Order: sequence, then C-alpha cells, then structure tokens
Amino acid sequence: MSSTEPLISLKDVEVHFKESGGTFDFFSEPETVHAVDGVSLDIEENDVVCLVGESGCGKTTLGKTAIGLQRPTGGSVSYRGQDIWQAKDKKGDVEVPYGDIRRALQIIHQDPGSSLNPNRRVMKTLEAPLRRWQKDMSAGDRRAQVLQMLERVGMTPAEDYASRYPHQLSGGEKQRVALVRALLMDPDVILADEAISALDVSLRVEMMDLMLELQDQFDTSFVAVSHDLSNARYFAAHGGGRIGVMYLGRLVEIGPAEEIINNPKHPYTKVLRWATPNLKEEASGEPPVRAIDIPDPKNPPAGCRFHTRCPEAREACRGETPESYQVDADHEVACFRELDDHEYWSSPELAGEGPGNEGEQSSAD
Amino acid sequence: MSTHEPTRTNDARTHEVADPILEIRDAEVVFEMDRGVSRVLDNVSIDIERGEVLGIVGESGSGKSMLASAMLDAVVDPGILSGEITFHPPDGEPVDVLAQDQEGIRELRWEDISMVFQGAMSSFNPTMKVGGHFEETLKAHEYDVEAGMERARELLADLYLEPDRVLDSFAHELSGGMQQRALIALSLVLEPDVLVMDEPTAALDLLMQRSILALLEELKAKYDLTLVFITHDLPLIAELADRLAVMYAFELVEVADSDSILSRAVHPYTRSLLNATPNLDAPLSEMRPIEGSAPDPVNVPEGCSYHPRCPLADEECVSQDPGFRPTHTEDHLAACFHWEEASEAIPFNIEREVNDE
Repeated sequence: MSSTEPLISLKDVEVHFKESGGTFDFFSEPETVHAVDGVSLDIEENDVVCLVGESGCGKTTLGKTAIGLQRPTGGSVSYRGQDIWQAKDKKGDVEVPYGDIRRALQIIHQDPGSSLNPNRRVMKTLEAPLRRWQKDMSAGDRRAQVLQMLERVGMTPAEDYASRYPHQLSGGEKQRVALVRALLMDPDVILADEAISALDVSLRVEMMDLMLELQDQFDTSFVAVSHDLSNARYFAAHGGGRIGVMYLGRLVEIGPAEEIINNPKHPYTKVLRWATPNLKEEASGEPPVRAIDIPDPKNPPAGCRFHTRCPEAREACRGETPESYQVDADHEVACFRELDDHEYWSSPELAGEGPGNEGEQSSAD
Repeated sequence: MSTHEPTRTNDARTHEVADPILEIRDAEVVFEMDRGVSRVLDNVSIDIERGEVLGIVGESGSGKSMLASAMLDAVVDPGILSGEITFHPPDGEPVDVLAQDQEGIRELRWEDISMVFQGAMSSFNPTMKVGGHFEETLKAHEYDVEAGMERARELLADLYLEPDRVLDSFAHELSGGMQQRALIALSLVLEPDVLVMDEPTAALDLLMQRSILALLEELKAKYDLTLVFITHDLPLIAELADRLAVMYAFELVEVADSDSILSRAVHPYTRSLLNATPNLDAPLSEMRPIEGSAPDPVNVPEGCSYHPRCPLADEECVSQDPGFRPTHTEDHLAACFHWEEASEAIPFNIEREVNDE
C-alpha cells in the first residue's frame, strides 16, 4: 500500500496478431490484426476499471495484457514496478519473480460452465489452487478454507455445494465458484471477462454486489470487461472506479464512472450510451452511427479510427490521430472536439457519406 | 390432460384480441423425470394479434423458450405438449397446429411461422456458403429459386448487408452481427406471416442488438410481419414491443401494453424485475436484486408460484392460484391477488410517465 508505484502500469501497449492465410497460402502477406494500439493505463490498489466496447474492440485483449496473460508486441506492462515479461524471460534485475506475479493476477471467464471441469466436484476444483500454491497447508485446513469461502459467497450449506458437480449448479452459482477459485489465490487483481453479462438480468446486481463486497474484504482490484454500459456503470460507480471506452484497439475515453455516463465526451461513448436500453419511455430512433458494422481490425481506418462511423466526423479526422486530451482531473478523451482551436472545426463534415452502409468505407489513406 | 390444479382461471380470462394470428390455449409441456413430473410450461393462454410485436420476457428457466417451441409444435422429445394452438392465415381457414401431420408442420414452419434462435453460428452449416442455405431452403419448400434469391438479396440489403458478399461467404467469414442478420433474412425468405425470435441478439454486443432491433421494426412494416420476440432482457425489448408478456415459473404472470408495463406494472415480480435491472438512469442505491430464486419445475410452490419471494404474499397466495385478472384496464392482465397494493409496496426506482388514455 505504501508504494507509490501503481499496482499495474501499462505504457503505450500494443498487441498485434499475425494472421496467416492458411497452410497452403504461400504467397499472400500475413495480415496483422491490430487488437490493441497505444494504450497507457494505471491500475491502483483496490481499484475498479471497467473496459467497455463492441465485440472485437480489443477490450478482452487489453484486459489479458494487463494481467500478464497476453504478451504485448509493443510497450510495457509492469506489476509493482517490475516488468512482467522481463520477469517471465528472466531478463535484467528481476525483483518480483514471475510465479508471484502470475499468482497475483487472476481471471474469471465469461462462461463459468466451460471454465469448470465437469468431472470434478466443486471441492476438488477449489482445492487445486491451494494445493499448488500453499504446499504446506494440511488437507483439513484446505477443506476448511474452501468451505469458509463458499459460505462467504452465500453458497450454503457449503458442505452440500462442495460435493456437487458443475452441472448441479445454476449459472450464478458456477460464476461464484469461479470467483472463489480466483480469490483463493489471494490475488491483487482479478480480470472479470464478461463475467456478468452471461447472467440473467435479475442476478447481475447481486453478483456485482458480491464482487465488490469481496473486493473490500480481500483488497483486490478488478478489471472488468463488458459490452454493457449499465453493468459497467453499476460496477465501476459502486467500486469508486473508472470506465474506459475502447474502439478498434484504442482507448478513446476514460474517466470516473458517473462522469462517463452523465458527461460523455467522445461521440463513440455517446453511441454506446444510446445503445444501452433505458427504462424510460423515450423513443430512441435510428442508431447514431453512420455504419452498423465495425471496420475490419486488420485494416483499421487511418486517422481517428472511429471516423468511418462517427456522426461528428470531419475531414480532419481522416488524416490525423487524436491524442488523449484532459477533460477533468481523471477524465481523458481522444477526440479533436475537445480542442476549441483544432482545425477540425473548420474542416468539412463527412456525415453526408452513405449513412448506415458498411460498403461505404471511406478511402482512408 | 392436467390434473394438478382445481381452478383454471387462466383460459377464462385470456385477453382476446380483435384479429388474432395465433391463439394459444392451455399450452402445457411436461417431462416425465425420475424425480417427478417436470411441468416446464404450465397452462399458458395468450392471443397474438396480427401485425403486433409481442415481447415475451422471462429469466432462464422460466419456460419462455418452451412457449416458443410450443407455438411451432417443436417441443423436443420426450416432452409432451398439450393444449390448443390455432394459426389464422391472412386468408383461408384456421389451422390447428397440433393436429398437423409431419408434412403439414413442415409447411407451416418457415412458410407461415418462421423462427430464429440464439447463436447464428450453429444455425449455419459451416461447410456451405450462406447463399447455399437460401437455395436449399427455397428448393426444399418448392419455391421458385430465382425469384426467391432475388428476395433474399433484397432482404439482405434491407438488413444493411452487401448481398453478393454475404451470399458468397461461409458463416465463419462473417461477424456475429452479420451472421445473425443473414439468419433473419433466411428466416424471411419464404415470406412467413409470423417471425418468432428466441433471444436472437443475446450473444451480440449492445450496439448491434439495438441496431438489429431498429432494423426489425423496418422489416416488420415493409413485409407485414407479426413478431414474437423472446428475451430475458425486458429493457431491450420494451421499446420495440407493442405488448409485453412476463413469464415466471412456467406461467404468464402479467400481460399488457409495453407502456403500461413500464409505467405501472402490477405484478410484484415484474416490478421487482424492473428494479433489479442495471440501467443508466436509476440512482445506484436503488437497484436491488430479487430475493430468493426461481423454483424447480418439478416442485413449483402451491398457490401463487411467486409467493415465497413476494413481499405481499399472505395466506390466500399460499393456498390459491390467483389466476389472470384484468387490472387497471381490461387489457392489462396480471395473476396477482394484491395487484392494487403492488405499486405502493414496491415503488419503481425511476419515475416514468403514466400515459392515461
């Protein structure tokens, strides 16, 4: 806690995947998928960061990079000041061994059903991490700790749940088991990859409350990945955290949860807000984007990546990539509209170009 | 067929619409299991009006998908479906869906009532191009292929897809949102009157879900469709749907206009469900989960099946089935003895306008 280093620090992270044409395709160049580009982000102790965006925007890749599951192709990721991949490769002075880092950074997957071994009882699944990381723990203590954790997440009688197989659990219960499994490692950060959206609407608040309660007890930070702004709002706002909005590999806006919801600056954040069903009876009309489908991440548009769909796009957005500009203390946005004196304001609008048709990708070079 | 309950108020109080395209009466699905009889659809009656968008809302395991399967007599073995389902074509005699032979059912599905399921990826044959699916469907139903493919192109374009590119692709070459839209086009290629969609957008991100919903509204107007949209996500469908039918524990518990549900739902379950839904407008402290959990189909509570979780439950609710009854209006039906007290006992966490006529 006393250290001034952030728990996790991502600096100008880039993750590119090479996709080759196939075994017999000798001639074409391998294509590069730009999953994450130029993202810098610090995660503090007891922090909550929710990454939101559409499928394929790179939010999961960024999350996995932050917890050291995905090696970045550029930039750096460090844990308490220790570069994670240098620790892994045993390069330089390794102050924190990779094993410790790995253990401190855990993940809960989207589909708890497939992340639990169907042939193992809950007890056996949950004992495994303790067996591995706390070798001197006695079998009795191990069982006691598992049972205690099950009780903590409301799975009582714990003895009964411990003896069940995953198929004997409901979706919400499986997700709790996955959460317990991550927590048993006493991690510093848990990446929750769409852990909420697979649950029924009525169970989501309960699950998020539970995660935040455990965060308090265990001093854990959460990085949550979601496509649903209302879940992100609930989770981040209750956890006193931030929402980061991603589009095609870039972090386009980040700020305190309520600030992002009530005072969104980036046109894309506004689009996501539109896409979130409200319970008021206001007609929302046409989608406020010029194209429904997200462009191919193998060939992201030049300039601002959102310019092909952005309702506010102007000529200037094609050529130049916006940096992150400070709106408020914690609130940053990557859009020229934040600068009053940018040439954006005097350049012609692109909005006339074929609204809503994905065939109309403007010639972006 | 059923012997389990003495009072059958549901069918007597079904709200009848002027021009029904589908009439569902006492639909019931049971599975015989080792642990007992599992009643996964319990005596559901509802009319679907020609040209409306009906949203059927329920949580996992509430029986909503079973209701969809029942509409097409597509309940999987060994489930036993009973009741009456009548389809009224735009012209001609009413069709008794459950009395059809295999050939009759085959014609009815796709040509009259078509269905789209969640997970488009698994609906397409991975080794066949998307165009092949359209041709095969047209041929199997003895439609004119050339005219049919012309229609397919138009449908794809209506859904903001590039027809030639999509027809010439394998499913895996398209994004999830494109696949789902291609599947909707496929389900409409035989010009059905009713499109039943079971969580058609659940696997997609929100922006795509909302975009598809906006497109469905256009398709519905252009092709004179009746839409039945089944989902666990009430807020998602509330804007598109004309009427909402809320299911709990394998029964309908409330049916009314969408506006009426949003502004003055009377069933305690519907009200709690609305309050439990994460959203952007309600104060954070006011979002609350519903206490307890939904019942097992083998062991549904006596009386009102929601009584163990309901703050208004009393002796009457424990012993008697409330049955459907009109509430504010003849058209706003709910199965609750205490509907008049619900709004006070379970206040909404967002103020909504009441549109009184």
